Amino acid sequence: MRRASFGWWLLILPAFLLLLGFYVAPIVKVLLISFTDPEPGLQNYERLFTSASVQRVILTTLRICLITTVLALLLGYALAYAITKASPQAKRWWLLAVLVPLWISVLVRAFAWVTLLRRQGLVNNTLMEIGIIQEPLQLVWNELGIIIGMVHYMVPFAVLPMLASMQEIDPRLLAAARGLGASRREVFLRVFLPLSKPGVIAAAVLVFIFSLGFYITPAILGGGKTLMVAEWISLQILDLIRWGLGTMMATMLVLTILVTLAIFSRLVNLKRVFGMGG
Amino acid sequence: MSEAAGHALQIRGLTKRYGDFTAVDSVSLDIERGEFLTLLGPSGSGKTTILMAVAGFVLPNEGSILLDGNDITALPPERRNFGMVFQGYALFPHMSVAENVAFPLRVRGLSRAARDEKVRAALDLVQLSSFAERLPRQLSGGQQQRVALARALVFDPALLLLDEPLSALDKKLRAELQEELKSLHRRVGRTFINVTHDQEEALSLSDRIAILNHGRLIQNGPAAFLYENPRTRFVADFLGKSNFIQANVSRREDHHVILRVGDTELRQHAMAIPGSTETVLLSLRPERIRLLKPGEGAENEVEAHIRSWSYLGSGFSIVAGLPGIGDIRVNAPANHAHEALRDGAPIRLGWDADAAKPVQEDA
Repeated sequence: MRRASFGWWLLILPAFLLLLGFYVAPIVKVLLISFTDPEPGLQNYERLFTSASVQRVILTTLRICLITTVLALLLGYALAYAITKASPQAKRWWLLAVLVPLWISVLVRAFAWVTLLRRQGLVNNTLMEIGIIQEPLQLVWNELGIIIGMVHYMVPFAVLPMLASMQEIDPRLLAAARGLGASRREVFLRVFLPLSKPGVIAAAVLVFIFSLGFYITPAILGGGKTLMVAEWISLQILDLIRWGLGTMMATMLVLTILVTLAIFSRLVNLKRVFGMGG
Repeated sequence: MSEAAGHALQIRGLTKRYGDFTAVDSVSLDIERGEFLTLLGPSGSGKTTILMAVAGFVLPNEGSILLDGNDITALPPERRNFGMVFQGYALFPHMSVAENVAFPLRVRGLSRAARDEKVRAALDLVQLSSFAERLPRQLSGGQQQRVALARALVFDPALLLLDEPLSALDKKLRAELQEELKSLHRRVGRTFINVTHDQEEALSLSDRIAILNHGRLIQNGPAAFLYENPRTRFVADFLGKSNFIQANVSRREDHHVILRVGDTELRQHAMAIPGSTETVLLSLRPERIRLLKPGEGAENEVEAHIRSWSYLGSGFSIVAGLPGIGDIRVNAPANHAHEALRDGAPIRLGWDADAAKPVQEDA
């Protein structure tokens, strides 16, 4: 058994070495700068506890990611539920509508949201014309704008794992629950919701991890005023040339993602979530 | 579950169409209190659709369903208070055995103490008390089936509906559970409605069988009565096996009708054959035909030869060729001298005048 699988491992060895040499090693090397620049030591990590601006960036990022995750899950759950219940014909159209946004560049989408949400944008102009508001609302270049753009981007990623998990639910279980006296609401709360939980957890982790490193959408819709970790790192390295501080934050980002995945892998079977069967 | 209070169900002119396809065609059926009724038919006969209409999952196009005289046709399933055992059992995989059984009580808002007591009683009833904390996937098929039964009975339902309850089990287990289901029915004294395509299961379980084909009710009655007096060719063939002989009425004697098939004359009790009839389709059960010993006589005697035979343990199944009639199947008991059984060997077959039953050709 061990011998046989060792043979198979040999086959992927070239790809593994390539990845190790040209991807993993450079990243580790860059991350190690956080311990050496500007001078060897942990002073960059000290800033985590002493610098208010570092702490603010981290808190802002976590807050935005959590809100984005919750909203994307709520919208995604409703969508996935509707798709599960739809007729096979309608199901195809629903799926297309969910997937099409994925094929449009994130840059295009971010600018589209700016056009819609800015002071003289479509949303504000319409609301003012019909007299609901007098002053334009601050919809963009703040946290609200970032969250709108990110939720929009994340919903398909929330829908797909939840849809997969909902489609595995045997419809006979729902019929059985009703036959045993449960109202539609109780069927949902006691049978459907618990059985779709693996999909919800998978979607939550996927969206949260994805959100943590988001760069383009927050950069455009935040207008430089609300900084998230990825944009902050780029600012430190490219504009302020503070490699040590930038790579320290990058290291923290990688660590957070790994820890989240580790916790998650204890909760559910990772292989199933990412479609590898099992 | 102690009081023997079954409920009566009437099905009146039930019709269900799916587009152009008529799944159930004006079926009327009365099910009495405490009765074990089986809806028997091949797949696509409409038996499951009828059960689903009774359960409330299918709204019929026409007709009505009455429980103790009250119309429940449009009542949603959760308000009918019927227990149901689904095909494949439909146990909730995220709940333990005890939680599964407690589910109908929980949605009815029973207190924890009352729930626990009833769950314990229901699990005792199916002898699964020691498995209460297991998950359904940790149980065998037979055990899962018993959990489904306990869950369907725990809330004292008016009816118990069973959708092919034994079809997922192997033959030996099926026989065991048939016995169990029967004794359960006796103990709880409720009205059971069972759906199956397995005629053996139907015969052994039911007080009464309703036979369906192409959405129509063909015949219903006590199991033994249906077996002995099939109304149509389909019933005779689906419930057990039968030989069919097409014969012409030749002449009438006192209590007998003499029938002619080719050169062979058959003697048949006159009762079931009206005076004006000219041709008759007879259904003759294989076990009603005897292999005659030399010198032995019978009311009907025919010369035949063995075309093929097989040993079944409990007896022999013989296919015999009858000149002018064709092949007929004969079941002979095992004590028969089987040295005589060779392919092509001549034999004499005999049966009584009341052995064959006239049946109608299927509509």
